Amino acid sequence: MYEIVRKEQLASNILLMDVKAPMVTHSCLPGQFIIAIAEEDGERIPLTICDYDREKQLVTIVFQPIGESTEKIAKLNVGDSFHDFVGPLGKPSELCIPENLEETKKKHIVFISGGVGTAPVYCQVKWLHEHGVDVDVIQGSRNKDLLFFEDKMREAAGNLYVCTDDGSYEFHGMGTDRLQALWDEGKRYDWCVAIGPMIMMKFVCKLTEKLGIHTVVSMNPIMVDGTGMCGACRLIVGGEVKFACVDGPEFDGHKVDFDKAMQRMQQYKTEEGRKKLEYEEGDTHHGGCGVCGGDK
Amino acid sequence: MADMTKRVPIAEQEPQVRAHNFDEVCLGYTEEEAVEEAKRCLNCKNPRCVGGCPVSIRIPEFIHAVTERDFKKAYEIISDSSSLPAVCGRVCPQETQCEGVCIRGIKGEAVAIGKLERFVADWARENGIHPEPPKEKNGHKVAVIGSGPSGLTCAGDLAKMGYDVTIFEALQKAGGVLVYGIPEFRLPKDKVVAAEVNNVKGLGVDIETDVVIGKSLTIDDLMEEFGFEAVYIGSGAGLPRFMGIPGETANGVFSANEVLTRSNLMKAYEDKDTPIIHGKKVVVVGGGNVAMDAARTALRLGAEVHIVYRRSEKELPARAEEVHHAKEEGIHFDLLQNPVEILADDKGWVKGIRVIKMQLGEPDASGRRRPVPIEGSEYEIDCDTVIMALGTSPNPLIASTTKGLDTNKKGCILAKEEDGETSKTAVYAGGDAVTGAATVILAMGAGKAAAKGIDAYFKNKK
Ligand SMILES: Cc1cc2nc3c(=O)[nH]c(=O)nc-3n(C[C@H](O)[C@H](O)[C@H](O)COP(=O)(O)OP(=O)(O)OC[C@H]3O[C@@H](n4cnc5c(N)ncnc54)[C@H](O)[C@@H]3O)c2cc1C
Ligand SMILES: Cc1cc2nc3c(=O)[nH]c(=O)nc-3n(C[C@H](O)[C@H](O)[C@H](O)COP(=O)(O)OP(=O)(O)OC[C@H]3O[C@@H](n4cnc5c(N)ncnc54)[C@H](O)[C@@H]3O)c2cc1C
Ligand code: SF4
Ligand code: SF4
Ligand code: FES
Repeated sequence: MYEIVRKEQLASNILLMDVKAPMVTHSCLPGQFIIAIAEEDGERIPLTICDYDREKQLVTIVFQPIGESTEKIAKLNVGDSFHDFVGPLGKPSELCIPENLEETKKKHIVFISGGVGTAPVYCQVKWLHEHGVDVDVIQGSRNKDLLFFEDKMREAAGNLYVCTDDGSYEFHGMGTDRLQALWDEGKRYDWCVAIGPMIMMKFVCKLTEKLGIHTVVSMNPIMVDGTGMCGACRLIVGGEVKFACVDGPEFDGHKVDFDKAMQRMQQYKTEEGRKKLEYEEGDTHHGGCGVCGGDK
Repeated sequence: MADMTKRVPIAEQEPQVRAHNFDEVCLGYTEEEAVEEAKRCLNCKNPRCVGGCPVSIRIPEFIHAVTERDFKKAYEIISDSSSLPAVCGRVCPQETQCEGVCIRGIKGEAVAIGKLERFVADWARENGIHPEPPKEKNGHKVAVIGSGPSGLTCAGDLAKMGYDVTIFEALQKAGGVLVYGIPEFRLPKDKVVAAEVNNVKGLGVDIETDVVIGKSLTIDDLMEEFGFEAVYIGSGAGLPRFMGIPGETANGVFSANEVLTRSNLMKAYEDKDTPIIHGKKVVVVGGGNVAMDAARTALRLGAEVHIVYRRSEKELPARAEEVHHAKEEGIHFDLLQNPVEILADDKGWVKGIRVIKMQLGEPDASGRRRPVPIEGSEYEIDCDTVIMALGTSPNPLIASTTKGLDTNKKGCILAKEEDGETSKTAVYAGGDAVTGAATVILAMGAGKAAAKGIDAYFKNKK
């Protein structure tokens, strides 16, 4: 069984869990995801791998309970087990493939994270650090209270630039503002990885297109099987239909049709999702805040 | 004296009733009815029916045993050739196989071979008859990828020969299309499918769910690291096709696989966690079993359903019984039409589908008359949901991660028909992964052939 051996509250409404999953840790790499099912007949919930320990066979997930199924997962405690936990799914980040390391070392890389996206970004930054590549990281959060992983990130990153939407901590502004400010100071990058809510990734792409920085985003559309079987996760990338679960989840952000992708996220929102959405939006979910995993 | 040209009628749920529930449509024969129907078999010397069955079940023999009420014997005769009779009796396209060539069919109705097979299999299950595990194990480890009919059969047969078999399944439940595709109202999941899976487990086969071969582990990992000496690939053909027409990414356009998986595997119809469409007017594109299943599922979820198919009724590839049932339940068949565009409202939701009328031209490679569009005949159908059921192809996940495993242009794994041998040593394959989307009985037959092939491989190796 897929036992939970650690559970931590990282910020209000952001949870971390370490889960025993030998089949996942056998070969997983940063950028890939897993699918978790809390209990029998439950929904298949995709979550990005946020860290892993091959020896101890542990996978770290970080998530925000936003609906029925993520709430169910949130209720599980240390000692409990997931009914199912399958992966790794999707392709690893191209930066974190051992064979690509020489290429990676030549790049000037900046990561931009928003909200829960910080966790998967950390996974990649840490991997790169361990392989001798130091990258800059812009870590965005709605406010100071929702910030997590700051110390770990500082340790793994070349430079860490924290920013908050409300200015309650460090730089006042969003990730895009921070990148623009760095650029104005004369910093130059040729590779950007943005992970966060879709709306945030869309705006990062707008900016990096202008600045001429190649940008990779991690797309999180609605998924069912995560193995290429249902087509629920289809996206338009460079005018072509792609399945995020097998062709991604990372794509060239300048080619992604974000508006279509965000429109498709609404699919189930008119039905069962309505209730939860009201609840969700009543409090934290405004879209684009960089906090909520909900429209990620 | 009963009219021997006609079948003994079988009980079914009334169309108006079953259109609102997911319980099995066909209720099966009682003992009396089965015996009476069995008596219609002429016990032909040269039984044409056997030639029509892809696994050559000794049909007159088992039917004769039914007339003698020796159901156990009937079950044993069937079991010599088939390991999933409760499934095949329900879902085989009998009208083009065994029953299609039955001599009774010339002047009347063919013997209800499928229904009798189902009766015998159900009787055996209800009377606690299970296949026996082997007395001795031979110590060889074989991995089977996929728990559909093909993988289950191969695993079961190998286990009976004494092999140590582990099935690796990507999804959370074993059964392949039998659990995620074919709906409850045609093939009950707990009663029939789970029972078949348990029989295979009872033979000592281990089933590891939640393992995606090609992702979690590769075939080389299985052989080099985990000590499996041979592998059978029965990974099916699960990749859905879309049409590539404008509007296909609109909200409310789904693959049949998505709808069926949510409904069957995750039991959306029982109002479990997974969300599912509740369209008011649903258009299903396609004419095969998958289209019928998607349509009848949408109907049961409360929609008015239209099937749009580009050829005529005669060419519908679905089982005749399903088309008949679908019509009875009130599904509309819009035949000889083909979608050209999906129309969306300003928020990106489906509001209709534009179709063009077709006529039948010359026969194509498949022998069916090719549909040709009638110019200027386009019109719109209002709807809020479109389900694409256009067929599926094998998932490239395994082929792309296994060195030395050859596939054809369509992504089907190349394997010998007689024993499933592939281009890679000790790796065998069969079922939809090799043939592309086909039938349960063919997938099962391939699994059986490969079990023999694998056994021969071990014997020759010595
Ligand atoms: C590849 C991938 C990686 C992801 N990684 C993370 C992660 O690391 N941390 C995290 O917090 N979240 C992550 N997500 C999002 C997470 O899967 C969703 O938050 C979750 O599925 C919502 O399920 P729910 O049942 O709790 O909410 P629901 O009750 O289903 O829904 C709430 C609303 O969310 C929408 N929704 C349904 N399914 C998804 C989905 N798969 N993704 C997004 N929204 C959905 C619905 O429209 C619904 O109205 C990831 C998604 C993908 C596809
Ligand atoms: C909706 C629907 C209705 C149908 N109706 C009929 C019918 O009435 N009559 C009929 O005869 N046929 C019917 N068919 C076709 C029939 O179901 C298939 O031909 C048959 O199931 C093929 O069996 P299989 O074992 O080859 O593959 P499948 O049944 O597809 O099983 C393959 C299994 O392998 C697993 N798998 C795939 N990739 C991996 C991987 N990388 N690692 C681990 N596991 C993996 C899959 O999850 C799946 O469980 C229908 C099909 C569908 C979809
Ligand atoms: S397995 Fe299928 S084809 Fe063969 S006898 Fe049974 S129903 Fe007919
Ligand atoms: S062909 Fe028909 S009548 Fe003859 S043996 Fe077969 S089932 Fe019986
Ligand atoms: S999640 Fe089903 S195809 Fe991607």
